[in-house]
Amino acid sequence: MTSPYIAGSSSVSAIMFKLLLALVPGVAAFVWYFGPAILISIGIATVVALVCEALMLLLRRAPLKMFMTDWSAVVTAWLLALSLPPLVPWWLVAIGTAFAIIVAKHLYGGLGSNPFNPAMVGFAVLLIAFPLQSTRWPPPLMLSATRVSFDIMLAYIFPGLVEAPRFLVDAETMATPLDTLRTQLGLEQTIADFSYMPVFGRVGGVGFEMMALCYLLGGLFLLQQRIISWHMPVAFLGGLAALGGALWLLNPGHYASPLFHCAAGGTLLGAFFIVTDPVSGATTPRGKLIFAAGAGVLTYVIRVFGGYADGVAFAVLLMNMMVPLIDAHTQPAVFGRKSRT
Amino acid sequence: MRKLFRFHGGIHPEQHKEQSSQLSIALAPVPDVLVLSLTQHAGLAAEPVVRVGQRVLKGELLARPGGPVSAAVHAPTSGKIEAIEARAVPNAVARSDWCIVLRPDGADRWGERTPLQLTGANRASLLARLRDFGLVGLGGAAFPSHIKLSLKDDAKIRWLVVNAAECEPYITCDDRLMRERAPELVRGLRLIGELLQPEEIVVGIEDNKPEAAAAMRAAASADQFNIDIVPIPTLYPGGGEKQLIRTLTGIEVAAGHLPLEHGVACFNIATVHAIRRAVDLGEPLIARVLTVTGNVATPRNYEALIGTPMNQLVALAQEQTGTDGYIMGGPMMGFRVAAKDVPVVKATNCIIAIDGKHFRTPPPELPCIRCGTCSVACPADLQPFELYWHTKSHNSARARDYGLADCIECGACSYVCPSKIPLVGYFRRGKSEAAAADRAARAAAQAQERSNWHEQRLQRDAREAELASAALSTAASASSEAIGIKQASVQGALERARARRNEDPATGHKS
Repeated sequence: MTSPYIAGSSSVSAIMFKLLLALVPGVAAFVWYFGPAILISIGIATVVALVCEALMLLLRRAPLKMFMTDWSAVVTAWLLALSLPPLVPWWLVAIGTAFAIIVAKHLYGGLGSNPFNPAMVGFAVLLIAFPLQSTRWPPPLMLSATRVSFDIMLAYIFPGLVEAPRFLVDAETMATPLDTLRTQLGLEQTIADFSYMPVFGRVGGVGFEMMALCYLLGGLFLLQQRIISWHMPVAFLGGLAALGGALWLLNPGHYASPLFHCAAGGTLLGAFFIVTDPVSGATTPRGKLIFAAGAGVLTYVIRVFGGYADGVAFAVLLMNMMVPLIDAHTQPAVFGRKSRT
Repeated sequence: MRKLFRFHGGIHPEQHKEQSSQLSIALAPVPDVLVLSLTQHAGLAAEPVVRVGQRVLKGELLARPGGPVSAAVHAPTSGKIEAIEARAVPNAVARSDWCIVLRPDGADRWGERTPLQLTGANRASLLARLRDFGLVGLGGAAFPSHIKLSLKDDAKIRWLVVNAAECEPYITCDDRLMRERAPELVRGLRLIGELLQPEEIVVGIEDNKPEAAAAMRAAASADQFNIDIVPIPTLYPGGGEKQLIRTLTGIEVAAGHLPLEHGVACFNIATVHAIRRAVDLGEPLIARVLTVTGNVATPRNYEALIGTPMNQLVALAQEQTGTDGYIMGGPMMGFRVAAKDVPVVKATNCIIAIDGKHFRTPPPELPCIRCGTCSVACPADLQPFELYWHTKSHNSARARDYGLADCIECGACSYVCPSKIPLVGYFRRGKSEAAAADRAARAAAQAQERSNWHEQRLQRDAREAELASAALSTAASASSEAIGIKQASVQGALERARARRNEDPATGHKS
C-alpha cells in the first residue's frame, strides 16, 4: 500500500444518500399535489432495483455487500419513479427499473461504467414501448373533479390485483401543462387565448411548479454539499432559457416564456439530479457547460418541435453519446503547460 | 502586503501537528552504529572513497558524488569504517542498497573545518560548496542543492523563495527549527543572499505556524535584514515547490524546467540551515532535525545524525504498544518502511509510528464514478480519473497524453476520492511502466539502427564485389593502355573485396 495513508471522509454511499435526501422535498410536493400513489411507485422501483442489482452482482460475481450498500441503485429507482406519472401500473415501473439496472447499468459494466444515464434509459424505454401509460398524468388533486381515494390509486397501480371500484374511468387523467400547450397551439390558438386555463397555475402548472421549486431546494443542498458543481444546472437552464427566451421574444403568442419552460415538466429535476449524473456526463469544467447547455437546448427543441411533450430524457441520452467527444476536446491545460503569469 | 496567487485545487487534511510541536528539539545521542546510504539523494549513487577498516574523523568525506547529479556523503561522527555492503535502506520500493557502515569511536572528533571565505566569493563558490558538502534539499525530495544554482548563462536571480510552508500533516521539524533557531536561519539567508544577489528574499510559512513566523520576523528585524516573511494559506500541497513559487510570485514554472530559468532559486528552510552551517562553520551535511510522532508517548523533534537507525529514535520517543508499521515522511507523500532498523537519510523529515487507531486500513476500492472531485483537488490541473483509466489499463501512451509526467504525487486526489481508489499508487506504477516502455523503445530503436547499418554494409559489399568482377572481365578484354587510373581504383576495390572475403570464414575462400 502506498501513500497517502490518510483519507477524507467522503464515500460513494454518502453521496448517494445525500442525493436521496435532496429528493425528499420534491417527493413531498409530489405527494401533496398528486397523492400518496407516488410513494408506492417509488417503493416498487426501489425493491425491483435492489433485486435486479443483487441478481446482476451475483451473475457478475461482484462483491454483493460492497455494491448493495452504495445506494446507487436506489437513486436510479427514485429518479425513474419521479419521472413517471403517479398512477401507472406496477409492471410499468418494474419493467423500466429492471431495464435501467440490468441493461443500462450492469450490462455496461455496473457502477461507474454506464455511458447512459440508467434512469433515463429506463424512462425512454417506457416512453417508446408504453407511450400512453407513461405520459398519462392525473390532474393535481385540487383540480380533480372527483375525489381520488387511496383504493382508486391502488386499483390503478395493481390492476387485476386490487378490485377496481366501479366508477374507475379514464376520465381520471388530464393533460399536463406541457401537453395542453402543445394541443392548444396545434389548434391555432395563441398563448394569450388559453393561458387562463387553471392547469397552468402561476408559472409552470399547478403542482409541477411547486415540485420544481422543491427540486431546486434539493439542488441547492447538493451544491452546498459540493456533490454537484454549478456548471451543469446553470448551463442546462441557461441553454433551455436562451433558446426559449429568444423565440419567446420573437413571438410571445406562439412560444411560452422561458420561465414556464424552466418550471414545467421535468426541467428542474433534470437540471439538478439527471444532467448532473457524473458517470454518464461530461467531466471537464468546459465540457460540463457544453454538455448541459446542449441538453437544455435539446430539451426545448424536443418539447416544442418534437413529438414528445417533455424532452429531458432524450436530450440527456443524446448528450450522453457526445460525452467522449466533449471530454476529449475540453481538457484543461496542465500546470506548467500554459502561461498565466 | 504581498499579493498572493492561487494555485488550482488543494485539500485540508487534519493537521496533527500540535502533538509534536510542543516540545523543543532534542539532541539524539550518537548511536552504536551509523549506516550511510550511498543513494540518499536524487540522481546517481555516491562513490566510496574510504576502505573498510579505515579510521575517519567527523565531517570527513566518505563518498564523492557519482556524477553531475549526485551528492557527497560525509562521516557524521569519528570512528571506523566497519563495512561497505548492501543494507536495507528507506526507499519507497523497500529495497536494500549500498551503504557505508560506520562504528563510532565515541570521541566525536572533528576533522578540519574550513568556512567559506566570503570575500571574492560568488554564486560559483556557493555552488561548489553545496556540491562538496553533500547538500541536498531537506524538504523530502533530496534533490542535490547545487543543481538548483546551475545555469549556463548565469541568469539573474530575481527571487530567493524559501520554502517553510511545511504543508504535510504531522511534520513539525521546520516549525521547531524556525521557532528555536531563527537567528541562525536569518544569518543563513543573509549569506545566500550575498552570494546570489537576488532582488528579493521571500519566506513562505503556512499560517498555521504563527510562532515560527513571529520568530523569523523578530530575528530578521534584529539583524536589520530586509526579507519578507509571508504567511500563506494552510492548503495542502502549498509547500510543493511549484505551488509555493506560484503562491508567492505568481510564476508558473514551466513543465520540464527549473525554477531558476524563471529567475527563482528555491530552498527549503532546513536546507538553508544546513547551507549556513556549511558556509559559516565548514560543516558538511551530517545531521538533521526530524519529527518522531504517531503512536509514541512523547512525540517531538530530534536533531539526529544521518545514518541513525530509525528504531533508536522511535525508542527515544517511547514507542507505545500496538504499532504495526512506520511511515518515513508525511502521511500524504511518505512511504512505509519494511525494516525497523533502516537508517535516517538526508531526506527523512519525519517518522510516524502507525497503529490501527491512527491509520485505519483503507476500505475496499469501489469503481470510479467520474465525480471529478479529484480534478477539483489536483494542484497540477490534471484529470486524475482519466489518468486512472489509462494507468489501470497499462496504456502508457494515453496516460502520457493526459499528463502523467506532470503528476507531483501529492496524494490530494486519493485523499478526496469517494470510491477510495489509491489513485497515486496507480500513477506511480504507470510512471515506472512508462519509463520501462521508453527504455524498451530506445533499445528497439537502437537495434533497428544497428540492423539497418548491417544491411547497408552487406549491400555495399555486394556492390563492390559486383564492380570488382565486372572490372576483371573488362580488364581481360581491354588493352593495357586503357587501364590507366581507372583500373588502379578498380584494382584497389578488388583487393579490398578479396581481403574481406579472405577474412570471412563463411566463404571458405583462401587466396
